Amino acid sequence: MDYFVELFFSGLTRGSIYALIALGYTMVYGIIGLINFAHGEIYMIGAFTALIVSTVLSIFGFPLPAIIILTALAAAIWASAYGYTVEKLAYRPLRNASRLSPLISAIGMSIFLQNYVLLAQTPDFLPFPALIPDFDFMEPYAGFIGSSDLVILVTTTVIMILLTLLIKFTRTGKAMRATAQDRKMAMLVGINVDHVISITFILGSALAAIGGMLIASHIGQINFYIGFIAGIKAFTAAVLGGIGSIPGAVLGSFILGLTESFATGYVSSDYEDVFAFSLLVLILIFRPSGLLGKATIEKV
Amino acid sequence: MNLSVKITSFCAAALLALGLCTSAMAADTIKIGVAGAHSGDLASYGLPTVKAAELVAADINAAGGINGKKVELLVEDDVCKPEVATNTATKLVSEGVNVVIGHICSGATKAALPIYRDAHVIVMSPSATNPALTQSGDYPNFYRTIASDDAQARTEVNFAINKLGVKKIAVIHDKGDYGKGLAEFAKKFIDDSGKAKVVLFEGITPGAVDYSAIVQKIRRSGADAVIFGGYHPEASKIVTQMRKKRMKTIFISDDGVKDDTFIKVAGKYAEGVYATGPADVTANPVTREYREKYKKAYGDEPGAFFDNAVAAALALTNAIAKAGSTDPAAIAKVLHTEDVATPFGMIHFDKHGDATGVGFTMYQVRDGKYVQVQ
Repeated sequence: MDYFVELFFSGLTRGSIYALIALGYTMVYGIIGLINFAHGEIYMIGAFTALIVSTVLSIFGFPLPAIIILTALAAAIWASAYGYTVEKLAYRPLRNASRLSPLISAIGMSIFLQNYVLLAQTPDFLPFPALIPDFDFMEPYAGFIGSSDLVILVTTTVIMILLTLLIKFTRTGKAMRATAQDRKMAMLVGINVDHVISITFILGSALAAIGGMLIASHIGQINFYIGFIAGIKAFTAAVLGGIGSIPGAVLGSFILGLTESFATGYVSSDYEDVFAFSLLVLILIFRPSGLLGKATIEKV
Repeated sequence: MNLSVKITSFCAAALLALGLCTSAMAADTIKIGVAGAHSGDLASYGLPTVKAAELVAADINAAGGINGKKVELLVEDDVCKPEVATNTATKLVSEGVNVVIGHICSGATKAALPIYRDAHVIVMSPSATNPALTQSGDYPNFYRTIASDDAQARTEVNFAINKLGVKKIAVIHDKGDYGKGLAEFAKKFIDDSGKAKVVLFEGITPGAVDYSAIVQKIRRSGADAVIFGGYHPEASKIVTQMRKKRMKTIFISDDGVKDDTFIKVAGKYAEGVYATGPADVTANPVTREYREKYKKAYGDEPGAFFDNAVAAALALTNAIAKAGSTDPAAIAKVLHTEDVATPFGMIHFDKHGDATGVGFTMYQVRDGKYVQVQ
């Protein structure tokens, strides 16, 4: 039983890491129907920014809480600037092109940003400081779940709730939903669609940056390639949960994380990906739009 | 038992009884074959061995030879080709060679070995790394002064079982050629030793965001130690998560982890981690002596496998001297039981014919640095 609980928490940790990244994927897809492959790279850039900022701040002797807040802010702002720019340069000119063109453009941006960081920073792994300290009250549970795991889990839940509230109850959220439903109609009723899409990218990028900071702090190392690998898994999770749906992304991430964890624990870690992707295939056979995805009816 | 051995032992007996035979023995020489790639595109692998053998032989002859006999080198080229190596071996055997230093390439060595075995000639290679050459047991006449391809795994397992005394070992790898190959050798050695058990053998996915599930599995397996085959990014993640989960399990890895980046990344969690790496022999006086002799004689730096070849020449000549004869069984006994000073320190040969202490050695992270612990 203990072992089950241990594996359950391992799965939750993995799941919440995937969820932090998957939320950005699903938001962008929900609004403009684009799989933003560069999202993983924005996450990576957020982590790099966090590394630089937190190192500088700790040299100046800032207290830890101040470092965490300022680093999160700086990473979020910097990554948002990247997200905004990527959208403006690579996706906006293709807004009315076929669906395939922005997808290719997104893959291009992903490769470009990876290599840009490789050249501008380093091809090596860099140590990332543990920004989240080991809480004393967590000590009895250290065998099950670490402090940084808990912080990631809580952050993911809070962000999911805030995003849902934002989309359900605010003016911006309403504009987002309108844009998602019918972009032309939204324009006709006076919504600045470009503006809404920019906000979506900025929000998604900020989330990715905070995710990058927390996850890098949890793992303790970063390099230019982390975004790609994490991005693939997060994307899988978003598809599993129903891409475009905010709770779906979180649900999908947890299911993916738990599947991998139990597959490792009870079968073999050699097969964790086999189980994860078999599950994805099964779910997509029975629910093609994912667990919480809305079934789209083709209007003829 | 061949004729020359009989004559030698007769002479030895006669020598004791009558003080005769000296003139007959002085005319005799100890014939050491040096076989390997001495021409062709792989000549650079073989020629330093010839030079090493010449340097050692010159030293011995200058000091009066072995037990009064001069050393004579019979240098034969095999161009690193198995089909040529059989001819080389046949020629050396027909010339009555006592021992052979060589061959250089694993393939050529394998082809030549049956011929030497049937003629009871001891062969010592400075460079053939194929594990099966010694471990198959097919060639009891074969020795080598280089670490075989599985030496890292052997170093890890021996250290874990004999030095640390662990009984349960979890073997984890990163599914790559390097990591998985190493892990498979480690598992085999642990199973063969009979002194410890492999309680877990698994591959992990490199680059994953979190390894806590496999870490929990390691804990559940009750392993005293983890042997990890792979590179430092995964090793540092696993070690960090183990320590964060308050596990004190010993962590042993390979030269993919014996990298300063590992210590930088894993930080305080790197403390106490073991990793194998090539032994540093530059401080060894024997190494220095022969490297300087080479420089003096040839004017440049010695090439590939030079230290290994010096070790082979020293080990063989020492064994012949201590055995007091060129009887293969007597030489073999000395090789297995008595230490000899070589560029790799004091070495002897294990029951398979692999030199102990050659190649890889164990390091541990202490105060943020890798320190040699063996």
